[in-house]
Amino acid sequence: MLLRLLALTCFALPASAQLETQAFVGARVIPIRGPLIDDGVVIVENGRLRAVGRRADTPIPAGARVRELAGKTIMPGLVDAHSHVGGGWGADSSAPIQPNVRMLDAVDCRDSGFQRAQAGGITTLNVMSGSGHLLSGQTIYLKNKDARTIEEMAYAFPDGSPMGGMKMANGTNSHGEPPFPGTRGKSAALVRENFIAAQEYQRKLREAGDDASKRPSRDLALEGLVEVLEGKRIVHHHTHRHDDIQTVLRLSKEFGFRVVLHHVSEAWMMADEIVAAQAPCSLIVIDTPGGKLEAVHLDAKSAAALEQRGGKDLIAFHTDDWITDGRLFLRSAALAVRAGLSRETALAGLTINAARQLDLDARIGSLEPGKDADFIVLSGDPLSVYTRIEETWVQGTRVFDLQDPKDRLWAEGGWGAGMDRAGNICCLGDREEDR
Amino acid sequence: MRALAIACLSLLCASAQAQDLAVRAERLHTVAGPVITDGVVLIRAGKIAAVGPADQVRVPDGVRVWKTKLATPGLIDAHSVIGLAGYLNQPHDQDQLDKNGPIQPELRAIDAYNPREKLVEWVRDFGITTVHTGHGPGALISGQTMIVKTRGQTVEESVLVPYAMLACTLGAESRGAKSPGTAGKQLAMLREALLSANEFRTKLEDPDPAKRPGRDLRKEAWVEVLARRVPLLVTAHRHQDLIAALRLAREFNLRVILDGAGEVYQVLDEVRAAGVFVIAHPPMARFAGELENASRSTPLRMLEAGIPFAFQSGHEDYVPKTRVVLYEAAIASAYGLGSEQALRAITIDAAKLLGIEQRVGSLEVGKDGDLALYDGDLFEYTSHCVGTVIEGKIVFEGLR
Repeated sequence: MLLRLLALTCFALPASAQLETQAFVGARVIPIRGPLIDDGVVIVENGRLRAVGRRADTPIPAGARVRELAGKTIMPGLVDAHSHVGGGWGADSSAPIQPNVRMLDAVDCRDSGFQRAQAGGITTLNVMSGSGHLLSGQTIYLKNKDARTIEEMAYAFPDGSPMGGMKMANGTNSHGEPPFPGTRGKSAALVRENFIAAQEYQRKLREAGDDASKRPSRDLALEGLVEVLEGKRIVHHHTHRHDDIQTVLRLSKEFGFRVVLHHVSEAWMMADEIVAAQAPCSLIVIDTPGGKLEAVHLDAKSAAALEQRGGKDLIAFHTDDWITDGRLFLRSAALAVRAGLSRETALAGLTINAARQLDLDARIGSLEPGKDADFIVLSGDPLSVYTRIEETWVQGTRVFDLQDPKDRLWAEGGWGAGMDRAGNICCLGDREEDR
Repeated sequence: MRALAIACLSLLCASAQAQDLAVRAERLHTVAGPVITDGVVLIRAGKIAAVGPADQVRVPDGVRVWKTKLATPGLIDAHSVIGLAGYLNQPHDQDQLDKNGPIQPELRAIDAYNPREKLVEWVRDFGITTVHTGHGPGALISGQTMIVKTRGQTVEESVLVPYAMLACTLGAESRGAKSPGTAGKQLAMLREALLSANEFRTKLEDPDPAKRPGRDLRKEAWVEVLARRVPLLVTAHRHQDLIAALRLAREFNLRVILDGAGEVYQVLDEVRAAGVFVIAHPPMARFAGELENASRSTPLRMLEAGIPFAFQSGHEDYVPKTRVVLYEAAIASAYGLGSEQALRAITIDAAKLLGIEQRVGSLEVGKDGDLALYDGDLFEYTSHCVGTVIEGKIVFEGLR
């Protein structure tokens, strides 16, 4: 009984923190939308942003808890549109196209990867299955808060169901022994056959209307593809080579599905085509080209090439965690600046542009009144190697604090950092302290 | 006769010009002393002829003066596999590991190094002029390593030290279904190989030539280690494997260098007492497998404990196929080590660890004219390497 009471108390704490009004004053605020604010004020209420502005013209509500953050920088929580944290696997090796498989059913919400991502300032993630399939299943958009179940983290579609996209891939990763394709031509043919079947299924559903007796029997795979055809689910498409990029654009046009290009190693060769198609790009930045044949022309200048051709709103970055480390997500954008991208687009590429690629830009990605109070507190310029992420806030609750030894363990590593978060959720059975 | 004289003269001029250069930097990091504001390094015939403030170093007429914001000694990557491992990551360009035997000390790096490999050019363009590369982690003894300059069309033009270290791996990475399958077996196999090589070494010194043994490439490679002319490079991460390496070094009086050493912060006293160098894992290496407990504050803790260390790009199976030691040092710098120590760890401290500090690692008169030029703080994400110089020759000029 005592234990139960204790547990209840613990879980209640974040909720009360959400409810009170908090004012963060004195920091340099980078709202992403709108000009930079020196000596800014950020007001948080009920987990949302109530006001963001200059100290001179942003009144602090009576009773608000005030935090002085002079010398610090505040910007929106980072949005990672391509992550593999949570140790989940979607599709298995039985078939190359598995739209019925959901990452919702596969992710470990207590995996330490989420804690590391918090230390990296990532407040929203699109967790996906791998690229070993033409279509490896439904992705899941997650709020990166400390949760006991995956449902607590999942964003919801307007109908209340867990929100996500659909992961697809082309190129060599998804090649294999039958039933997997052996060539690029076969890959595209398989994808087209499946989408044509989905169009047929969609037509039958439409014709049946409200008459349940006329509806085709339920088919989870085709239902998933219909959600893609309807534009509810965005396709997140792994693609590297210039010709594979072109294939994705061709298929997207044929079937009318919405697509975000992921990795896009050779985007710098295809910038005109990508911008003409208005295809958003979620770019990966790797320290060295190569490592696999499709990435030998990978170049951090892709972002700059897209920007120069008028595609600045199409540019975002991702970690592909564990390919790159979520704790160093800011670095990806900084290296793109090194390769010629503007600072403004680099920061948008970590926030609002990535949020748009997840249909979440009305809720997150910038510091504007009404949006979720997801933000990070930095020791300095977000694009400097010397800057540390000091705090990460999700919906008005601090989920990462560099001063807290437990959080510091996730941020820097150390003895026990490889364990998952189990037990660390609350005050009971804290394994970190046992070690 | 006159034609010959002209030919000689032009040859002399050409070679002199090719390796004469002055670099003038707003901030000159010699690493041998304080940072010089508006400093000049003068290189004549490939060697550093003068270093100092611009108003104190006279640059001869005709020598190019290359101006830049910041210059450092050419950077040193204390452990890599580039040149043996290529960027395509296909079987034909992966020569860092032969999996046909657990102990193969006879494999020479010079027979496997490709100086034209793209990854060599890649790291060179970040200011890295010296690399300790060779057979990689993954076998109990995978083979020999070497030290190269990042120049040359043949290995002979690149090599600085042909047999630098003997590469040993402890821990899960060199265990498998076949023997060695356990940590105990790994050490038993190493001890037997060393005992056998020691016997060979004793017989080699027999006063009666007839009693000396015939050639044995494996044992000859071990003899260099037993004679302390070549260190044993032990790649290991778990604390117990690091301690096992020190135990082995004591038993056979070996020079050991610890490599990777993810959990070294658990055994700092023992490592310091043993007086060994550590080549720290890349701070951005994936914290997985035996690196699951790795920490970005390890370099700082080694510094505080008085353990000498350097940084490496390491070995990667996938992407990035190589890391960039400049980037790795940058992260360590930002996680508490500080810029000055981070720079030392990829210049003079790395040179000392590799035993080449008479040639490289700092900007001092008489040392090789190896420099790296930057357009700002070299560790900042958004700065660029603008030039790389090896022995007075410009091997990279651009914006990286």
